[in-house]
Parts: sequence; C-alpha cells; structure tokens
Amino acid sequence: MGISKELESLGSLIAEEIGTDILSRTVAYNELMVTVERQSIVRVLTYLRDSESFCFVQLMDVCGVDYLGREPRFDVVYNLLSLSHNRRLRLKVEVEEGMPVPSVTSVYSSANWWEREVFDLYGIPFDDHPDLRRILTDYGFEGHPMRKDFPLTGYVEVRYDEEQKRVVYEPVKLPQAFRTFDFESPWEGMDYAAQTLKPEDNREGN
Amino acid sequence: MGIKKPFLSEEALRGGYGFEAIPTGVSPDVLLETLSQEVSQRGFIVTQLDKVAAWAQAGSLWPMTFGLACCAIEMMQTAAARYDLDRFGVVFRPSPRQADLMIVAGTLTNKMAAPLRKVYDQMAEPRYVISMGSCANGGGYYHYSYSVTRGCDRIVPVDVYVPGCPPTAEALLYGILQLQRKIGREKHFSRC
Repeated sequence: MGISKELESLGSLIAEEIGTDILSRTVAYNELMVTVERQSIVRVLTYLRDSESFCFVQLMDVCGVDYLGREPRFDVVYNLLSLSHNRRLRLKVEVEEGMPVPSVTSVYSSANWWEREVFDLYGIPFDDHPDLRRILTDYGFEGHPMRKDFPLTGYVEVRYDEEQKRVVYEPVKLPQAFRTFDFESPWEGMDYAAQTLKPEDNREGN
Repeated sequence: MGIKKPFLSEEALRGGYGFEAIPTGVSPDVLLETLSQEVSQRGFIVTQLDKVAAWAQAGSLWPMTFGLACCAIEMMQTAAARYDLDRFGVVFRPSPRQADLMIVAGTLTNKMAAPLRKVYDQMAEPRYVISMGSCANGGGYYHYSYSVTRGCDRIVPVDVYVPGCPPTAEALLYGILQLQRKIGREKHFSRC
C-alpha cells in the first residue's frame, strides 16, 4: 500500500471515529491534513493522543497562518507525530480575527510557548492559556508583526539618548527609503530603468 | 638656599638626554639590540608615558564575551587555535567589569539594544567597541526590519567597523590590529 493510500485510510479512520468535528481532509505531497472545528480542538487532540489506533503523543509545533482577505482570516496549525505508528498528521483550525481558540496546553504542555508565539506574532488569543503574553517581540511592542498588513519596518526604532542616559524609542525615520526588488524576474533591472525613463526617450526603445 | 642644581645636564634638559632617540620604524632586531644595549649600559631606557600606557593597553585588550548571532561563530574562530587571539594578548572575559573591549558580533535587535548599552556602561574606562559584520555596522540584511537596530552605533560609540557578512576571522583580526594601532596613537597624559 502506497503512502498516500495509507494516509487516505488514516484520514477516513479519523473522520469515522471523531465524526462531525472533522470539517475536511486532504492528502497532498504525501502528507495528511485535517481541518477541525475550532471549539472541539481540545477534544480532538485528546482523542488522537489517547486512542490506541492513533497514538499521536507528540506535538511537534503550533503555528499560525494569515490569509489576508479570506474569511475567516487565520489558520492555527498543529503538527502531530506518532512515533509508535511512524506517522505524522497536520491539523488546522480556521479562526476569525479576534476570535479565541481553545488552548491545548492541557493536552500537550509543549503547546504553551508555541501558543504564546502565535499570539505574539498573529494576535490570535487562546482561551484558558496559563500564561498568555508576548514571547518574542520587544517589551511593550505594539502590533503583531507576522500579520500581512503589518508594515515591514514597523513603527518605532531605538537610539541611545546621551542626555537621558538610556535607550529611547522614536518613530521610524528611514534615511534610505525602502525599494521593492523583484528577485524572481531577470528583467527587473530593465523595468526599473524603463520606469525612470521619460516618455520621449521611450520611443527609441529601451 | 640656592637654586638646586638640576640632576640632568643642560643638554638633557634641552631634550637631548645625551644619546640619540631611536628612530621610529626600525626593524625589531635593531630595536631590541639597541634597547638591550641601553639597559645594560645605563640600566634604564627613556620613553614617553603615553607610549608606555598605550603599549600596555593595546597589548592586553580583553574583550567581553558577547555574541549576538552568526558573527559570534567567526569571533570564536578568531579566538581558536588557528588564528589564536592569545598571541595579541586578547583574552575573552566573562564579565564586563574585567573587559575593555566589546566586539558587537551579530544582529543587534531592538530588544537587545538596552542590555547591550547596559553591558557597555558596566565596562571600565578606557573601553573600546568593535562593530563586527554588516548587521552591527548598519542593520545589514535586516536594515528595514521592524525589530532590528539599524547599526549598533545608534547605541554605543564604535571605534572600528569590520565589514563582512560574516567577516572572516582574518578580517576581525585585522580590525583588532587596527584598534591596537588606534590605541597606540592615543594620548592619556596631558602636559600641564
């Protein structure tokens, strides 16, 4: 039995045993991905961990995805590993901006810091998390930098102030403006030149 | 009581000291031979206090063990057997109180800026800073990032900038040698 067939049957087994909490499932690139109802993620994970037929006892990662413009906007992704069955499984929960996701720290204690990371970078709150605060960004940081609508350069920059004898925060002031480079295109340089040329110069070709 | 006769001769007071000053830039062999002759003949050598102080300082630069990112790996390489910073009296110290050089090796983030300044403030004078690599020099690859300080000279005064991403061990070594030259030209004692 090929790996994708095996994953298909694992997917249908999960759908069979868990039922309506499984919204959809796909097999792509030899990986099984299952979308789960947001409110029942704790129950689903507990079942997948404790059931003899799954034994997904390890949570490898929790991360967020921002699909700006989609409804609902965010995904929270859980990557599971079962060493005894040599299997991996990816669970997804779709969540709207501002809507909380139940914390899975009661199922996998390793989720603690990952949920903090998702909260920090995407601003997705987690219900019943023991210690939900920022983990990576600066103290007093505003905004959630991994959101697609967060400006690359952010809002503040730091400088040491000789008079106050401390590091101060100021609004960003870039001496060199940001330029977007299209590294995929070999003609990017030409495009850039064409844009800066005047229309009458353009007649002779560039 | 009359005016005390000066210990040194008239010629010495005019700056002659009775013997020729060693010209700068002589080969080490000649220098060593001349110095040992002077020590054996007179029992002392004459030099300037500034130069002795600078020589002592440049010969025992103790950097703070402070690595921020991948440049720190190259900094360790410089300290390891092949390039061997020990040869120049450069020994890494685990405390800012014992260090007189800070090598800012790697990306300085906004969150790390205040601790970096704190460590710098804890170092005793005279103290020096080498900015190592593109990130520390001006933000480098992360120049437009929301979380990276655009150059560590926004936080601490920098003496030597070492370019590279990361700079090779030779480059850092050259930077340290440049700093030693810079220290050699410093004047700590002003004439009153």
